Amino acid sequence: MYDKEKIIPGIIVFLVLVTFPVWYNLAFGSGNGAPEPQIVSQNEKCVESKDYMRTQHMDLLNQWRDAVVRQGYRMYRTADGALVEMSLTNTCLQCHPNKTQFCDECHNYMAVKPYCWDCHIAPMEN
Amino acid sequence: MAVDRRKFFTIAGLSTLVGLMGKEVLTVAAQSESKYLAAEKVLTAHRWAMTVDLTKCKQGDGCEKECIQACHDTHNVPAIENLKHEVKWIWTEPYEKAFPSQENEFNKEELIHKEVLVFCNHCDNPPCVRVCPTQATWKQEDGIVMMDWHRCIGCRYCIAACPYGSRSFNWVEPAARSEDGQILPDQPFLKKVNSAFPTRTRGVVEKCTFCDARLAKGLQPACVEACKQGALAFGDLDDPNSEIRALLKDRFSIRRKPGLGTQPQIYYLV
Repeated sequence: MYDKEKIIPGIIVFLVLVTFPVWYNLAFGSGNGAPEPQIVSQNEKCVESKDYMRTQHMDLLNQWRDAVVRQGYRMYRTADGALVEMSLTNTCLQCHPNKTQFCDECHNYMAVKPYCWDCHIAPMEN
Repeated sequence: MAVDRRKFFTIAGLSTLVGLMGKEVLTVAAQSESKYLAAEKVLTAHRWAMTVDLTKCKQGDGCEKECIQACHDTHNVPAIENLKHEVKWIWTEPYEKAFPSQENEFNKEELIHKEVLVFCNHCDNPPCVRVCPTQATWKQEDGIVMMDWHRCIGCRYCIAACPYGSRSFNWVEPAARSEDGQILPDQPFLKKVNSAFPTRTRGVVEKCTFCDARLAKGLQPACVEACKQGALAFGDLDDPNSEIRALLKDRFSIRRKPGLGTQPQIYYLV
């Protein structure tokens, strides 16, 4: 190889510069590590299993919305047979009153902005 | 393999049969595991309607503030002073404005200039529903003209269509919120915040819902409950034994702009 002593350091410098954003972010970035939502709940069990809620809560809330507003149903039979009112503020947020640490923790990490709180009222937090 | 005529019809017939049965099976399965149920105490009707007794409803001494305030507090209706941005679910109009076709030159003394309580008429033939391009407003089976605020795109066709001015548009943000969506303690337009009921957001149309959410809890509408004069009655027009049917049988009633054919369901007893 001609000019070995120039090409190899050149390639190394190029690779370092190109991958700079990746390793800089790994070392000093704010987005590293998974979000850690604080699960505070007043009841022992959620309306569905934890895994289901983790991945499908947005679908469940949309189905609740349509069932209540458009079909006039108000109650939901949970996985273990209990009846709960289908309400974001009066059911979900009564049980999990810490919206900022519970909802926002993951939503901010994923950069999703659900518009629930444009109208629905979250419990007061200090 | 050649398929002859006989074989083709056999296969076609059998697959149709299986297809139809498959659909039935699926429907039955879906019904048996329904997770959605109506509330227990829910008040139901085939046609909700309201009567306003104009002889008892005496707005002169300012008692209309009680029923209006009860409604607006329950539903987080903002009190905006700028008339261009005003939002209202119940309000008053002078008799001759509320009933322009019954504006006789000589009339019962009490009726002239009387402030009449007006709301959404929950028409049997609602023009607002016909024009809504997103089906954000529709007539429920119980007669209530409902709104889905999630779906409203703020085009305001319904406002143009409603002959009673019953719909208000949120020109400004009705409730003050912090950046992360928390409702602030100091509200410019809400005296009291009912956290059990949502507010609306800028760009959405709103109106009276006949207290649909309260009916689901077995409660009468907030204005009916708040009226101490007993001027408001709420009930099922399809039930011949209801209080409201007895009132309408006994008293002469008028409705707002009946000539338009919207069939309003608020009856004013005179």
